[in-house]
Amino acid sequence: MDFNYDLAVGTTRELNQKLNAAGTEDADVSVRVLNPKGAHALAVGMTSNVSVDIEGHVGYYCAGMNQKAHITVLGNAGPAVAENMMSGRVVVSGNVSHYAGASAHGGLLVVQGDSSSRCGISLKGANIVVRGSVGHMSAFMAQSGSMVVCGDAGDALGDSLYEARLYVRGSVASLGTDCIEKTLREEHKREIDALLESSGVTGADASEFRRFGSARNLYNFDVDNADAY
Amino acid sequence: MCGIVGLFAKTKSFENELGFHFSKMLEEMTDRGPDSAGCAMYHNVLSDGHIKIVVLSGDLLDSTILADKLSSVFSESSVEDLGSRHLLITVSSEINNVTTWLRTEYPELTVLSAGRSIEIYKEKGLPNKVIEEFSIASMSGSHALGHTRMATESAITTAHSHPFSTGDDVCLVHNGSLSNHNRLRTELQKKGINFSSDNDSEVAAGYLTWRLREGDSIDKALNRALSDLDGFYTFAVGTRDGFAVMRDPIACKPAVISETDDWVAMASEYRAIALLPNANNAPAWEPNPGQVYSWSH
Repeated sequence: MDFNYDLAVGTTRELNQKLNAAGTEDADVSVRVLNPKGAHALAVGMTSNVSVDIEGHVGYYCAGMNQKAHITVLGNAGPAVAENMMSGRVVVSGNVSHYAGASAHGGLLVVQGDSSSRCGISLKGANIVVRGSVGHMSAFMAQSGSMVVCGDAGDALGDSLYEARLYVRGSVASLGTDCIEKTLREEHKREIDALLESSGVTGADASEFRRFGSARNLYNFDVDNADAY
Repeated sequence: MCGIVGLFAKTKSFENELGFHFSKMLEEMTDRGPDSAGCAMYHNVLSDGHIKIVVLSGDLLDSTILADKLSSVFSESSVEDLGSRHLLITVSSEINNVTTWLRTEYPELTVLSAGRSIEIYKEKGLPNKVIEEFSIASMSGSHALGHTRMATESAITTAHSHPFSTGDDVCLVHNGSLSNHNRLRTELQKKGINFSSDNDSEVAAGYLTWRLREGDSIDKALNRALSDLDGFYTFAVGTRDGFAVMRDPIACKPAVISETDDWVAMASEYRAIALLPNANNAPAWEPNPGQVYSWSH
């Protein structure tokens, strides 16, 4: 059953309990959350397909560990939004702070504004689409999944990258260790198109993006370092 | 972890409510720093040639004797007891003359702030306690900086609390930790900068004091700090006319800025800003790493 929850009178703990109790495997429940005012840990640990609209800015860890739920923040999000997301969808209409989508295993994170540093750090399989730009050290040690950046990327993009795919439309301030530019093939354009479409991000053409990936030089032991052992 | 807040009034009517809104912001940052709290309030500006100094006194100090001794040396002097061992001294003189005299006559006193506008109050305990002890919520002012401290690298005392005075109407609050503070402290001591604690943030304050003494502007001093200070920091610096914000290039420590026609605010977290009037409709953004942001009247 749809409902509104006003954080001006309620508590984060009660909201999260109600959100988790509201969803079922097949019912699609809509919840509006009012007056978040930068509160932490809103809509965390969701395990069912509830649709949550948070009307305002949120603080740390919003939508952390999300499974199945569709969570929309109508405002900015603080550090670590959608951290460790497993599935579902998290959309932020404004900007996001550090570590957006950190360690996320699955699902889709959409940022309509800009992301500050370390977006998609240690990404483990989720997809991230950023309409604006991402800050320094984004996709650090990212292992799998894709990150589509319609704007620019800051310093040290993809440092120590594993097998995540990075697509950037604008400029890249610098690449991190073991991250290199690779050819954008048709299969990559199809992936970008699909991610842009499912994100609802328009105005960008897949062919405008550049692809970055791992040079895989850090994967294996380098004999030049033998003396260190 | 620590909390920082800064509030700057853009209109005269908001200046009258500054203490009220600032107090709410500081209290909201309680769980980022429950060990001690402090405030630099810029208000009651004195005319040219007059200065005010806030000192932290020992328990045994007789403030009437201090007042008598001051008046025998300086003209137009007065001493007001602000509570919690804070004394507000006003005189017609130069800052250096008074602080040198205090250091000789009362070496046990700690100078918390000096200038024509700034007054620093700081104490151990929850922000709410500090706000009540100094009646900060009922103060008017042009701008104010505050800090809630969760101590990580040195003791919890009033002297280790923020804000730190860095010279004439200048102060610093810091969220983060510095790694090269011991060597830097030794170098600054050789240049004549005094320290009253082993706190790393006080070294950053001393660094700014040194650069400002050498003629740098606040912006220039902060830009130079980017290469000389090693560690993590979000700094907020208060000046007679306004304040400046800077984060280190790695920018692990949070900061949010927001602005309306009535105020400019910065805080470690948005929830401190959300309490301000019309915050709902105001743009809010994070300051970029390694970039100085400043406002002045």
